Amino acid sequence: MNENTKDWRSDIYDVLRVQNIEQVCYVPDAGHAALIRDCEADNKMTVIGVTTEEDGVGLLTGAWLGGQRGVMLMQSSGVGNTINALAMPNVCRVPFVTIVSMRGEWGEFVPWQVPMGKATPDVLEAMGVTVYRANHPEEVRETITAAVRMAFDGNQQVAVLLSQKLIGTKNFRAKQRTL
Amino acid sequence: MTGTLQRSELIAEILADRPEDLLVVTGLGSSTYDVAELGDNSKNFYMWGAMGQAVPVGLGIAVAQPEKRALIVTGDGELLMGLTGLSAAGNAPARNVAILVMDNGHYSETGGQPTHTSGQTNLAGVAEQCGFRKTLEITEMSELVEAKRLLLDEEGPVLVVAKVALRKYDKIVEPQSRIGHYMAARFRMAVTGRGEAALDI
Repeated sequence: MNENTKDWRSDIYDVLRVQNIEQVCYVPDAGHAALIRDCEADNKMTVIGVTTEEDGVGLLTGAWLGGQRGVMLMQSSGVGNTINALAMPNVCRVPFVTIVSMRGEWGEFVPWQVPMGKATPDVLEAMGVTVYRANHPEEVRETITAAVRMAFDGNQQVAVLLSQKLIGTKNFRAKQRTL
Repeated sequence: MTGTLQRSELIAEILADRPEDLLVVTGLGSSTYDVAELGDNSKNFYMWGAMGQAVPVGLGIAVAQPEKRALIVTGDGELLMGLTGLSAAGNAPARNVAILVMDNGHYSETGGQPTHTSGQTNLAGVAEQCGFRKTLEITEMSELVEAKRLLLDEEGPVLVVAKVALRKYDKIVEPQSRIGHYMAARFRMAVTGRGEAALDI
């Protein structure tokens, strides 16, 4: 079975749509830009901008309490902002899914990104979050699907880390420099 | 600055004749105790931690339940930890969010240190500048009717700051349970009439 499209970003959007995700919150990252646009264009999804990632933890907890499914899009630096708030979905067994675009690994050129990038999986696991990772475009669809199922059917908190190798360090770097 | 309103009287008035479709989220500490004291209700979600997250939780509920009203009851210390939540609420497409801040100007759980509302910070002003439709600061019980009207009926997001006195709790009335997953599932079932997880996609 191979339903993967050429663009793994469309695969993520597809999974969110099929899995009935109705609230999408984000702190922006270039790695999520196309996905955010797709979600905004979908009238079954409410897209909510938050200005710090911990607010996304509260928001998704509220979404579930109100009967909807949500996901948060963020970059790895933001994982550090979520730590204390993650106690809530943990102790309340509230399904929580976040899709994290990685910085601070594969070919990173900003040293300030490296410590949080390196610590990201450990920090999440320390707070009880199950961590999945996608390194290659062809594994994105199944990884996001597994994360959503485990979260909402298994009442777990799950993070999918999208490797910097997958997102493409080179292009990202070139884009950064032209900003 | 600390006010003179009595928080127990205030919240009792706000929640008197409570509408069926009112969903209440309480910030950790005194706000949770004050609301619990009025009697248990499965449409209350009482927080015991995640300081600063009461507003985002209420906002997520409001987006999911646009036909119902989400009322967040919290304190100045809790809200000051999550001022960003006001910006999220001020910009989100939800018109059914209301926030009551019981502002005593102090961190009463941790030894009574003054908060920034005893200094230069004005929470109603912050909310207004974050895009809230209506904000109000009250200092007297005579203003309660207008405060209640805003909180329950006015198009949101709205925020009311009530300047309350410090309260000494002789006996803290806890919510029915501190078990988070029970209280969360109970709230969700009361709001949606659906089960906890797998069957409700």
